[in-house]
Amino acid sequence: MKMTITQKILADHAGLGEVYPGQLINAKVDVALGNDITAPIAIEQFRRAGAKRVFDKEKVVLVPDHFAPNKDIKSAEQCKTLKEFSREQELIHYYEVGQMGIEHALLPEKGIVLPGDLVIGADSHTCTYGALGAFSTGVGSTDLAASMITGELWFKVPETVKFIYKGRLNPWVGGKDLILYTIGQIGVDGALYMAMELSGETIDALPMDGRFTMANMAIEAGAKNGIFLPDGTTEQYVRGRAKREYRFYTSDEGAQYKEIREFDVSKIEPQVAFPHLPSNTKGIGEVGNVFIDQAVIGSCTNGRLDDLREAAKVLKGHKISPNVRLIIIPATPLIYRQAMKEGLFEIFLDAGSVISPPTCGPCLGGYMGVLAKGERAIATTNRNFVGRMGHPESEVYLSNPAVAAASAVLGRIGSPEELGHKD
Amino acid sequence: MKCKGRAWKFGPNINTDAIIPARYLNVTDPEELAQHCMENENPRFVKEVKEGDIIVAETNFGCGSSREHAPIAIKAKGISCVIAKSFARIFYRNAFNTGLAIIESDEAVDGIRDGHEIEVDLLSGEIMNRTTGQSFKANPIPPFMQKIIDDGGLMEHIAKGRS
Repeated sequence: MKMTITQKILADHAGLGEVYPGQLINAKVDVALGNDITAPIAIEQFRRAGAKRVFDKEKVVLVPDHFAPNKDIKSAEQCKTLKEFSREQELIHYYEVGQMGIEHALLPEKGIVLPGDLVIGADSHTCTYGALGAFSTGVGSTDLAASMITGELWFKVPETVKFIYKGRLNPWVGGKDLILYTIGQIGVDGALYMAMELSGETIDALPMDGRFTMANMAIEAGAKNGIFLPDGTTEQYVRGRAKREYRFYTSDEGAQYKEIREFDVSKIEPQVAFPHLPSNTKGIGEVGNVFIDQAVIGSCTNGRLDDLREAAKVLKGHKISPNVRLIIIPATPLIYRQAMKEGLFEIFLDAGSVISPPTCGPCLGGYMGVLAKGERAIATTNRNFVGRMGHPESEVYLSNPAVAAASAVLGRIGSPEELGHKD
Repeated sequence: MKCKGRAWKFGPNINTDAIIPARYLNVTDPEELAQHCMENENPRFVKEVKEGDIIVAETNFGCGSSREHAPIAIKAKGISCVIAKSFARIFYRNAFNTGLAIIESDEAVDGIRDGHEIEVDLLSGEIMNRTTGQSFKANPIPPFMQKIIDDGGLMEHIAKGRS
């Protein structure tokens, strides 16, 4: 049987020669991830089931990143639950503040997730690791608890939709714009229950950070996973990080796809998703006058080094509008250090922005940049639902880092080209 | 098993931030979560829901984050069943895992308005609109999921498999 990369990874982890879409399988997981929001419930379930030990102390990963560094006493209690459980279970991959980064930037960076892996995480953006050619999907806390105990989980093999991107990217267009455009085309349930296979000559030329951004937002189209065929770019990223073997899978010629969609990227300009759905996208040219109070550059979607470099390129020599707060959040300590070394912090501070330690904080309206009633933000994050970043009557617009940076300077949503930049 | 109550009608793409805003995710206590259920979407909901009431929604209910706090909050609020045209996949799993009854039916969602009195037979999948007298049939629950429910939830299902 001809299979897609998603089918092959699932088949191998289920110990089966082949699997077909719709089939229910029990598969071994290589990594099971939880954070300070989802792991406390998983740990509760783990205890309730009478379990004593996790199935593998190297494969259960806990990262307190959502409301950490602790935002209040209740959050502190949740983080403490993770710390104590990690100590008790002698988990290798528990990351205390200082080593902690935003989980979906941290795990690939540390080589914890690798090509060909089957990864589950109690966080919907676990689909990020599909950028490496892994099958990776978000689950709830109880599913996490089950796999912490057994090292396995049941899955329904998804159908795959293949997306082929062709052509050269326009100035200031990157992975964020491609995925926002795609979600705009297919809708927030356009890939419900399915695998999104992202491919084509544009993708072949896309750097790793852009691929992470795209895979990250597969969930915003309802997908089970987003996946890339690993290549030389993947190899270069993984080499030096991996401490165990990994495997490059590919899709067979003649594998079954539910649908194949092609996009000519030369027609795509920087995208902005208007409130209150990631699918409400417009090209930057159609935005009009949208004044903002805040800009956030960071998150598991766009807090990586390439994202910060892009923001710095736009901000260099400019001051942000006096009406705007610009919050920049490097996603991991390593990214933080590299950005500092490259002089990006100097540019950010000169422009008048504030640099936060790694945290998911503002993306989900936790802290470190919560919006007041009626306030409006542009953010490089992934969701713009009602009340996502604070008050139910606040608004979030999603964009790439260059547009967010330019908007912070302009005081309204706009393009880097308005500042005289040429990419 | 039968559910009976007033229908609370919602639109498409009701996300988990609408079901339980992230600002309350610093606790896991179901009762505390229930106090904020749907408050961004419909502030009346929290105040007026009665034990047994039913949520009726369009497509893609429960999209967004993987927080299990969402089905937990709905269940703790006393909602006996969620009827939708479709569910987001993580929410779908979480609902079964936490014992929140959910069923899919396009016709029922189209044939029920906010405030209607509804009765659902979870075993047969029959949905009765007591206000209009219409009845609808839900899509059957996949047999594998039914087994998880029969065992009393995922953790119990696993415990049985291992023993």
